[in-house]
Amino acid sequence: MTDVLAVTDHRRGELRDVSYEIITAGRVLADETGGDLHLAVISGTVDEFADDLNREGVDAIHTVDYGEEFNHDVYTQATTQLYDELAPQYVLTPNSVNGLDYAPAVANDLDLPIVTDTIGLETDGETLIATREMYGGKVETTNELEGEAVVTIRSAEWAKAEGTGDASIEAFDAEIDEDAIGSTVTGFEEVGGGDVDISEADVLVSVGRGIEEEDNIPLIEELAEALDATVSSSRPIVDNGWLPKNRQVGQSGKVVTPDVYIAIGISGAVQHVAGMKGSDTIVAINTDPNAPIMDIADYAIVDDLFDVVPALTEEFQ
Amino acid sequence: MKILVTVKEVATVEDEFEIEGTEIADQYLGADLNEWDDYAVEEAVQLQEDGIADEVVTVTIGPEECEQTIRQALAKGADRAVRVWDDALEGVDLLDVNAKTEILGAVVEAEDPDLVLTGVQAGDDSFGATGVSLAEEIGAQWGAVVNHLEHDLEDGVASVRRELEGGVEELTEIDLPAVLTIQTGINEPRYASLRGIRQAQRKELDVQHLADIGVDESAVESELELTEMYEPESESDVTVWEGSADETAAELGELLRDKGVAQ
Ligand SMILES: Cc1cc2nc3c(=O)[nH]c(=O)nc-3n(C[C@H](O)[C@H](O)[C@H](O)COP(=O)(O)OP(=O)(O)OC[C@H]3O[C@@H](n4cnc5c(N)ncnc54)[C@H](O)[C@@H]3O)c2cc1C
Repeated sequence: MTDVLAVTDHRRGELRDVSYEIITAGRVLADETGGDLHLAVISGTVDEFADDLNREGVDAIHTVDYGEEFNHDVYTQATTQLYDELAPQYVLTPNSVNGLDYAPAVANDLDLPIVTDTIGLETDGETLIATREMYGGKVETTNELEGEAVVTIRSAEWAKAEGTGDASIEAFDAEIDEDAIGSTVTGFEEVGGGDVDISEADVLVSVGRGIEEEDNIPLIEELAEALDATVSSSRPIVDNGWLPKNRQVGQSGKVVTPDVYIAIGISGAVQHVAGMKGSDTIVAINTDPNAPIMDIADYAIVDDLFDVVPALTEEFQ
Repeated sequence: MKILVTVKEVATVEDEFEIEGTEIADQYLGADLNEWDDYAVEEAVQLQEDGIADEVVTVTIGPEECEQTIRQALAKGADRAVRVWDDALEGVDLLDVNAKTEILGAVVEAEDPDLVLTGVQAGDDSFGATGVSLAEEIGAQWGAVVNHLEHDLEDGVASVRRELEGGVEELTEIDLPAVLTIQTGINEPRYASLRGIRQAQRKELDVQHLADIGVDESAVESELELTEMYEPESESDVTVWEGSADETAAELGELLRDKGVAQ
């Protein structure tokens, strides 16, 4: 029990970035356990994917040629069978929406503990020390566990593996029990087209739950108008129906890279930050000096938005 | 059909707080119904209003203090509630996914629902794994991060949308019985009406100990041990403007003009 098995992620014919990041995370662990780093690539054009994933630090790549797209039953079965075959110490998967759709099932099936959404991993070969956040990023914690485990990793926390490797690439003959497949993916749909494309905007005035009620949204719209900027938002504003879906910035919304991003009453949860951290200059207006948004902001006003926003609007009117 | 909804009372943290050991000091903590569970309760209640569900039952792992939160779910329309607690759970720092799975799995076995709805994650420990783990445990089908559910559930199939990253949704058909983990935005959770709040007081809230549901005390011994808690180190060197709102707005105004905004 010294090896590491890392399962990669892809969608609609493309490997997702986290698939290269998981190589880096897995290599660090494998170095400490003194074992090999095995990758699994399941479904889709596995041979092409395997060539692409053959980067520095990978010892072996196991391809499971079954179906085109992600199906959690297939992933669960293939991963548990690979575990039985390879007996690794750790099974790593991305903490992506798909990762969360099968990693817990794998852990339960194998009767292993699971630690999700990790942002740091260390091991001495026996004890795993995992760093993760709680309370929406307000605190960080370290967590220890002994022995084997299933671990999911947050995307964009590890560097992408580069270089070319000399991994062995082998087809793994997973025996997929088709009767056990209880769900079928019937298609995909893009959401959030519509009137504006926030990813094109140079200046975004972005509003979060701090705005409290729908009736206060015009306050933000007036500021945006005065600044000749575009209005975007965090998820709860869209969930509440106060702004259309195409305004949502984040993991499940749009990725934006404006020159200036003004986050007003937004805490900076990881799923929000995923969509805006590439902005050139980030300004936060928030009453909470400890809000996670402060960690990535360049400038901040720690004050009530209901005082600051009207004052700012007035300046530009 | 019968729907079981997992309802968690989550800890909320004030803006300024202190950490004691591996916990946030009590005086900085509040309690609330987990945001994601609120949407799960709403979805179940809507299924009942649409004549699809006959009964909506909530299940919570938590001490007596969280009955207020459970009553919130009852006030929104759930029919009755199960609360599991035990001396063995007092003082457990972190109940890991396996422990929750075992406890909830035992309640599912006793209740035998056709559909289980959970929140995608809990706002405090945010493991995001209990729903899918539970499905595997009880031999049900599942779907994670569901933001739309067709309400006909024809032929024992749930047609759902799963919200993937980057504004892409996956359309999936899932056989029942199933566990769905519910994402915010699937519906608009209602506020409890005064009438609902009054009625909730009279609804059944059944308290079960581990032994009652046939779970061994050893199940709560998490394999995962919380060893440290600290405030994350800030990576940025953020410039914080101080002063009155007029002063700070003027500072920001100057920055924006420097950047060529609104000129
Ligand atoms: C699978 C998944 C995908 C997700 N995808 C996304 C996504 O794409 N985009 C996204 O944004 N979120 C997403 N989320 C949700 C995310 O986890 C957070 O819940 C959300 O981003 C919080 O939004 P918020 O910052 O507006 O609200 P909160 O976290 O409630 O923050 C409100 C902030 O406003 C401040 N505030 C309150 N009153 C005032 C005032 N008067 N003046 C100034 N400040 C004030 C508070 O201090 C606080 O920091 C996703 C979650 C999951 C589980």
